[in-house]
Amino acid sequence: MVLKIFFPQCCNRADSGLLVGRWVPGFDSVVVLAVIHYPFIPGQVKKYLSEMQSAIQLELTVLGSWSMPKDGQEGMDSFLKDLSTIFPQGRWLQLSRELGKRGFACQVIGRDAAVPPRGQPKEGGDDEKEKVIFIHYDQRKVMLSHLHPAHGQEPAAEGVSELRLVFQTVAQSQPLFFLDKYDDGPIKLTHWQSEGREASILVELIKQASVPMCCVLLRATGVRVTGSWRVLNMWPVRFVSSKLSTCVQLSHRTEHLQTISSPRRAQQHADFMRKANIFVSFLVDIALGLLLISWLYRENRIGRLANTLVPVADHVAKELQELLQWLMGAPAGLKMNRALDQVLGRFFLYHIHLWISYIHLLSPFIEMILWYVGLSACLGLTFALSVVSDIVALLTFHIYCFYVYGARIYCLKIYGLSSLWRLFRGKKWNVLRQRVDSCSYDLDQLFIGTLLFTILLFLLPTTALYYLVFTLLRLGVVLLQGFIHLMIDIINSFPLFAGGLRLFRPYRLAEGVKFKVLCEEPGMSLHLMMEINPLKLSTAVQQYRIPTYSCYPKDSWAALCKKLFVGDLIYPWTPLHKGSKED
Amino acid sequence: MSEEKFTDINGKPISLECRSHSSFCREFVVSAPKVSLRAVMVCTCAVWLSAYAAFFVTKNTAVLSSAIVTTLVGMMVHIHLIKIDHERLLIVGSLGVQVSSCFASGRESATFIEMSSIKDIVINEAIHMQRVIYYLCILLKEPSDPNGVSGVVPLFQSSKPRLNCLVKIYKSCQEILGQC
Repeated sequence: MVLKIFFPQCCNRADSGLLVGRWVPGFDSVVVLAVIHYPFIPGQVKKYLSEMQSAIQLELTVLGSWSMPKDGQEGMDSFLKDLSTIFPQGRWLQLSRELGKRGFACQVIGRDAAVPPRGQPKEGGDDEKEKVIFIHYDQRKVMLSHLHPAHGQEPAAEGVSELRLVFQTVAQSQPLFFLDKYDDGPIKLTHWQSEGREASILVELIKQASVPMCCVLLRATGVRVTGSWRVLNMWPVRFVSSKLSTCVQLSHRTEHLQTISSPRRAQQHADFMRKANIFVSFLVDIALGLLLISWLYRENRIGRLANTLVPVADHVAKELQELLQWLMGAPAGLKMNRALDQVLGRFFLYHIHLWISYIHLLSPFIEMILWYVGLSACLGLTFALSVVSDIVALLTFHIYCFYVYGARIYCLKIYGLSSLWRLFRGKKWNVLRQRVDSCSYDLDQLFIGTLLFTILLFLLPTTALYYLVFTLLRLGVVLLQGFIHLMIDIINSFPLFAGGLRLFRPYRLAEGVKFKVLCEEPGMSLHLMMEINPLKLSTAVQQYRIPTYSCYPKDSWAALCKKLFVGDLIYPWTPLHKGSKED
Repeated sequence: MSEEKFTDINGKPISLECRSHSSFCREFVVSAPKVSLRAVMVCTCAVWLSAYAAFFVTKNTAVLSSAIVTTLVGMMVHIHLIKIDHERLLIVGSLGVQVSSCFASGRESATFIEMSSIKDIVINEAIHMQRVIYYLCILLKEPSDPNGVSGVVPLFQSSKPRLNCLVKIYKSCQEILGQC
């Protein structure tokens, strides 16, 4: 069997001492974490290791001895051999380096003190020769990195992976790396931080300030949420606020704030990434919103916007009126039913007249409303976009009403036609059995039914034309609103922190590892260099997407077309009702 | 290090290099033919001639500069993302197998598969367009079923060597897999 020794790069030039690490359970491998230097007292080393073991919850042991010869330090070999009796282990490793050679030499001593010859890479040896592979790793990068489960595998099934155990060992041994060589203690260690711990004053200050700020934020969002529940529990307010995308966005962001401001530190990597992503996207959102405000409130742009809004609404209304006049005449050469045409046309024209009067009533206040509403962009660009979406929805409310009227009339007509068509053929819809059965009708039933059928059939083209025109208009508005909502969704859900981490610190998100064979010398064991293979950017973005209230249409294209044909109302998006929170 | 005359399934010559770092660590490098100068010249001339023709018709210099930019961008995309220079298989007994492809620009993309999830390395047959070819692949273990295969990782997909080359690599790999 081949013994794999994971050796940190920082200890390549360490002075002679004891190797401290962990034997990986279930595999024939060992992870070296640090080197304890001479002089040391064995009793204190054992005490330190048992303290560390209880702190880290890992089985840290003394693995063996490390000898790096320097001038004037001969005679270490016999001293090193005696150490194995002080620290009784199952296997004792004796690693040594020679001056002028790049490879390591390793001797493995079993518990029964049988000493096999040095590990030779040549063929034709005995079966008892222990072959050794040295795998060099960068301790800091492996400690900070998170190994993601392979594509398509659940995390639970990955428990027996050797590399995962190695990564976990190094990551969990952080307390071991707190002692550096400037500490006055009985133990002198070499690891990646033994030159002294580095930290940034800003980061430490932010860490200290974050806890009280989190408590304040939590208190603030909690108060706002509970205080307004009484008002929001009334049905009309709840209904309206579920339709307005601004309110939905507001509740979404409040949830995010609550997630960020929880005072408990994130234990799992996924929780930490989620919090960080939400925080960064929140900051970027607010920054973009403030940028928008600074651009919008200059040079009286609000005033100009308000001044163009009413003429635009007027223009839209005029176009609609012309459209209706066209429909009331002979649109595209089709001959309509005169009476029905006039009724529907006048009905819709009256609606437009009402709408325009309301707009004109509001026109002196529009600038002020816009000015105050524009200030809400300081809460984030997503708010500004949702306000725009709501304004579009309000301004095209009459198109929505026309669509609903047209769709309802058309829908009734289609149902009536289908049921009377069945009567025409002598059949009936059996509600109990949910199928079509034959039925014998009386003569007067047949007479009235056929009459009504003929009337509805000949009125169908007129209604269908109105339905078609208003559905197309409504679809246009829906497309525009859908585009705005898509932008909002992208800003809400894009994981900026994960993307930035992948670009600037790629070793922190690891998909796997890469090995490189280091140049070998004859007579020495195999040395490999283990590097971290970072996650692909697309995978990182996909995995760490922030979940949103995702208002994508639930219907497929076929179902949508069927609904349009039959006349069912289409709701392109229904924001998820946050009813569960009120329980 | 050994090199013999191998070809890929289309008849183009490729080269195989076997390196043995130790009794349980071997590396195989299959190199495809390099970017041929003739193909580059033909493409560039075609693009530029059509750009000159368009310029002659429209008298707009933007056509010429866009042709230059297109050629440059196309070449960079080709050597960085499309043209694979050589494919490498590193097998380390009791650790795992590393499969990597190196592109013409020097970029290397590697995947490492641990020995505990490898069931076997076999030569399989496949129907590729209108012919049947042989390819070397790694069978992955199914965690729940000891006899099942959860996935197949095909090796040397872009260089597609022929059977004689595959047999050589297969024999070498089986020696190492048999040891652990």
